[in-house]
Amino acid sequence: MQAFTQHTGVGVPLRRTNVDTDQIIPAVYLKRVTRDGFEDGLFAAWRGEESFVLNRPEYAAGSVLVAGPDFGTGSSREHAVWALQNYGFRVVISPRFGDIFRGNSGKAGLLAAQVEEKVVQRLWDLLESRPGTVVTVDLKSRTVRAGEGVEAVEDSFDIDDYTRWRLLEGLDDIGITLGHDADIASYETGRPSWRPATL
Amino acid sequence: MAKTLAEKVWDEHVVRSAPGEPDLLYIDLHLIHEVTSPQAFDGLRLAGRPVRRPDLTLATEDHNVPTVDWDKPIADPVSRTQVDTLRRNAAEFGVRLHPLGDVEQGIVHVVGPQLGLTQPGMTIVCGDSHTSTHGAFGAIAFGIGTSEVEHVLATQTLSQAKPRTMAVTVNGSLPPGVTAKDLVLTLIAHTGTGGGQGYIVEYRGQAIEELSMEARMTVCNMSIEWGAKAGMIAPDQTTYDYIHGRPEAPKGADWEAAVAHWSTLASDDDAEFDAEIVLDASEMTPFVTWGTNPGQGVPLGGVVPGPDDFEEPNDKITTEKALEYMGLAAGTPMREVHVDTVFVGSCTNGRIEDLRLAAQILEGHHVADGTRLLVVPGSVRVRLQAEEEGLHEVFLAAGAEWRGAGCSMCLGMNPDQLAPQERSASTSNRNFEGRQGKGGRTHLVSVPVAAATAVRGTLSSPADLVLTTSS
Ligand code: SF4
Repeated sequence: MQAFTQHTGVGVPLRRTNVDTDQIIPAVYLKRVTRDGFEDGLFAAWRGEESFVLNRPEYAAGSVLVAGPDFGTGSSREHAVWALQNYGFRVVISPRFGDIFRGNSGKAGLLAAQVEEKVVQRLWDLLESRPGTVVTVDLKSRTVRAGEGVEAVEDSFDIDDYTRWRLLEGLDDIGITLGHDADIASYETGRPSWRPATL
Repeated sequence: MAKTLAEKVWDEHVVRSAPGEPDLLYIDLHLIHEVTSPQAFDGLRLAGRPVRRPDLTLATEDHNVPTVDWDKPIADPVSRTQVDTLRRNAAEFGVRLHPLGDVEQGIVHVVGPQLGLTQPGMTIVCGDSHTSTHGAFGAIAFGIGTSEVEHVLATQTLSQAKPRTMAVTVNGSLPPGVTAKDLVLTLIAHTGTGGGQGYIVEYRGQAIEELSMEARMTVCNMSIEWGAKAGMIAPDQTTYDYIHGRPEAPKGADWEAAVAHWSTLASDDDAEFDAEIVLDASEMTPFVTWGTNPGQGVPLGGVVPGPDDFEEPNDKITTEKALEYMGLAAGTPMREVHVDTVFVGSCTNGRIEDLRLAAQILEGHHVADGTRLLVVPGSVRVRLQAEEEGLHEVFLAAGAEWRGAGCSMCLGMNPDQLAPQERSASTSNRNFEGRQGKGGRTHLVSVPVAAATAVRGTLSSPADLVLTTSS
């Protein structure tokens, strides 16, 4: 996994709440057996509308998505994270994430930065009034920054310590766990023999 | 120290715990299907890693598979590739697979309990958010993403921060005709879709104890719809009776040992939960959704709400958008909403009791003109059982379509989809925009409401049906 320390990129205001993973990528787009190529399905139902934010040229290079509360609720599909990444997003900012989505983001290297709702409101206002504004997200200091002067937004974001550490180091989770192989083996010897098996 | 059910099961599965790190949790059963596993197996192959415990892993084909012509090659080439990929991966890594055409094939959350693989006190994961279903047996069961699927395949563990615990106590008894589905839809409307976030929830109280095993699964199934990490119900005699004698259930002395252990799992009397919700089942009525998330529901006897019914600006916007998408006007009585398609099935309501209930209501009636009814059993076993009981004849006589097993119209990944603007009453668990097909409009309902709606063509309960036939 690619390490993540800081990212600066065009902010995209997605003024919607409750964007579940079926909205991020509908099920019909989930049939690929690879991890790439999912950008076509990203927000598929809305991409047809000319006014949809991703269709506006000012936001074309967007890499920081700013969404309302309850982003990524619903289905466990990690394809939602891949679709965002395949499209070019490195960061999603929201006041509240679906649990599984947040977990998937951490594993796949997409930064899910949780901020207070008023920060999202101010970012939306800024990014809409000045399309193309860049947002800087710093994982070391856990801060998000955008704009200048009176419009400037600067605030902290939440992310759990462990995920932050793994992202900063770019560590592969499985590699870490396999380092604890002796613990796993010793746990296995103590499991009750009546637990079910499939083979 | 006094512990809750969730804490007991969690603590029994901690392989390693260190300050500042999530716990490393052992996984007793890993369920797999074709949609969320291909990239995980690919990852293993790339790293040259085996599946650590194929004997604790089970695969089936469900999300993508057709519910007609299942004995022929899958027509959609992309779907076929996904299913073929699962078959190749299962063979290569030595994982037991129940493919399309096999008698044990079906929706992963129907198959596990049916085989007796789902047991109290276990940890169960699957790359599917409705894994919470298995919590009905007193297991900690939750959905994971594909990276985590790979992690479990490689290590049989997951690193997980210990969630907080919540008790949902449902006192009283459900009135006749009101089901577990109505109970959970009422709960979600009460808490909102984010109300359970960060919690493992334990459902308890008289109304929960009175539920059958299958109805308990319906409740736990929808835990994720209000954001909970998992939902659980303490195992009791109902649980043991359901498991006993199933193919993979413990036998003989093992059964005795297992039950002795399971009966220690209930939350201690003085255990403390981080949060608690109390509801009264006796006040519940048939409940249906009007909007585009499972929290947007009202009693069937109610009306479609409008933006003015909400205080928060965000709720007003969300309501407006939902009404526009659903093509509904505020103030319309729910009973006047016309429905094009009724779907009975899914891991929420696709088990044998659900089909019996549907058949009981449909008996002697016919599906309304201009409405179609799809009955999709959750597994091949459920289909065969229904046919043995003659339920399929009731469905066919009523003009319903009787299908093969799978997820089907629950998520519209196979050809069973709604057309744009087509309206459904569905016994599944998600009414998100486009969930059942692009532009499709979904109302989540219980099985009795689904069956009565099919007969009348508008959202209805069985009580409305009696009135129709006698007048
Ligand atoms: S029936 Fe629906 S909710 Fe259940 S596993 Fe299948 S797609 Fe998911």
